[in-house]
Amino acid sequence: MFDDFFIRALIAGIGVALVTGPLGCFVVWRRLSYFGDTLAHSALLGVTIAYSFELNIAVSVFLVSSIIALFLIQLQKKTNLPGDALLGLLAHSSLAVGLVVIGFLAFIRFDIMGLLFGDILAVTVNDLIIIWFGGALILLVLKLIWKPLFASTVNYELAEAEGLNPDRAKAIFTILMAAIIAISIKMVGLLLITGMLIIPAAMARNISDNPQKMVLFSIIGGLLSVIIGLFSSLEFNTASGPSIITASLVLFILSLLKIKQSIQLKN
Amino acid sequence: MGSNNNTLVKLKNVGYHQNDKWLVKGVSLEVEKGKIVTLIGPNGSGKSTTAKIALGIYKKIEGEVEKYTNKVGYVPQKVSIDWTLPLRVNDFMVLTENLKDDAINEALSLTGVVHLKNKNLGNLSGGEFQRVLLARAISKKPELLVLDEPVQGVDFTGEIALYELIKKISDDLNCGILLISHDLHTVMSATDHVVCLNGHVCCSGSPIDVAKNMEYKALFGEQASQILSVYEHRHDHVHSSEGDIKKN
Repeated sequence: MFDDFFIRALIAGIGVALVTGPLGCFVVWRRLSYFGDTLAHSALLGVTIAYSFELNIAVSVFLVSSIIALFLIQLQKKTNLPGDALLGLLAHSSLAVGLVVIGFLAFIRFDIMGLLFGDILAVTVNDLIIIWFGGALILLVLKLIWKPLFASTVNYELAEAEGLNPDRAKAIFTILMAAIIAISIKMVGLLLITGMLIIPAAMARNISDNPQKMVLFSIIGGLLSVIIGLFSSLEFNTASGPSIITASLVLFILSLLKIKQSIQLKN
Repeated sequence: MGSNNNTLVKLKNVGYHQNDKWLVKGVSLEVEKGKIVTLIGPNGSGKSTTAKIALGIYKKIEGEVEKYTNKVGYVPQKVSIDWTLPLRVNDFMVLTENLKDDAINEALSLTGVVHLKNKNLGNLSGGEFQRVLLARAISKKPELLVLDEPVQGVDFTGEIALYELIKKISDDLNCGILLISHDLHTVMSATDHVVCLNGHVCCSGSPIDVAKNMEYKALFGEQASQILSVYEHRHDHVHSSEGDIKKN
């Protein structure tokens, strides 16, 4: 019925959506979408390093993104530049350095489009193992830091005063962001990963009145986007990443109808 | 000020500076079980800063903080809830501690807002939100309560009722309370110890001692000491939010 590669892509996409759902909610709540972009751009550098030294792509991307994230935190402490300028600095310079390194790797046939926008043909069984094991690990850690992370998202001082150690939770969350980018890069592509984090969560915000519901709808939205996106990618022969993100955009637009309804109810 | 096993938190000559400006300096105070310590002082005198030092929110400080409890309830001066986060009162109540439904209902009833339990936090009025903040802080039955202007925006009868409640909590739970107020009216007879701040400790002692203090009079004016004495009588009844009167 379906080719093996398509089944693999579907399993991979479902695994990714289960993790981006809850993480994406925190990205929206904590206003980290540009931070996610920066990590995703730096992933290109991770990929080129993986090719240069024949490392696993996910591991290499994870390490490079984590280092960039830690570097960012240091820069924020040591300079007087605003956060968005530092993010832009790191995002574009790591993207540029990554592209320069690709220039030196002329001997390797590089699927740059697949890297930027995702390629379902590229998902191997090995990738599936990384996505599902890595994803389960991310969700487990997120569950462990949920209370301090959520409390400090609502109010940092309350969390700190009542002994929840929000700084540690924030640092761990940063590492989780690097990890989700590492495992989802093949599916969605590095230019669109942040979309996968933000758009289903934004859709969920429109139809939720409490945090648990928002996380649940964000996961459901991500799953639907992956399934609809991948089937249309197969049907219309489009890249997987843009197809998934377009599907999530359609869901977001549909969720706006619900907002409109509740506004009318209030009046 | 020798510390004993009733001491919950003790500040020894603490200070905090930001951008080369001292927000507060040379403050020593101690909160004990079952006692209410009130910080008063004009705007910018370092009241909230002192509370944050006591809570461990500010870490790069001068001096020493000795803290003997981890069960802390805090009502910050300013809390803004972001609209990007859908949050009901019920979700807010379990923010830092997993509570049973009974405990949530009990705390919300005490501050008179149990009917708001499933409302969105963003839709509450200032006074309602303040009552929820107080309920959240007391619901975990803390040993130390730090209340930074806990009744701001609450109507006058509600204000008196909430101060009665704070006194009652201090008695029932035997917890220590560090209370901040910019409003001299609220320095009630229930306060055991008043610390008057103006960037440093300007004077401290029992409410009556402070009211008589010359530096206090210089800071707040002659009238202020009369306000304090007006509030020395005990209220013999309270008005509940439904409007009926209860004898104490």
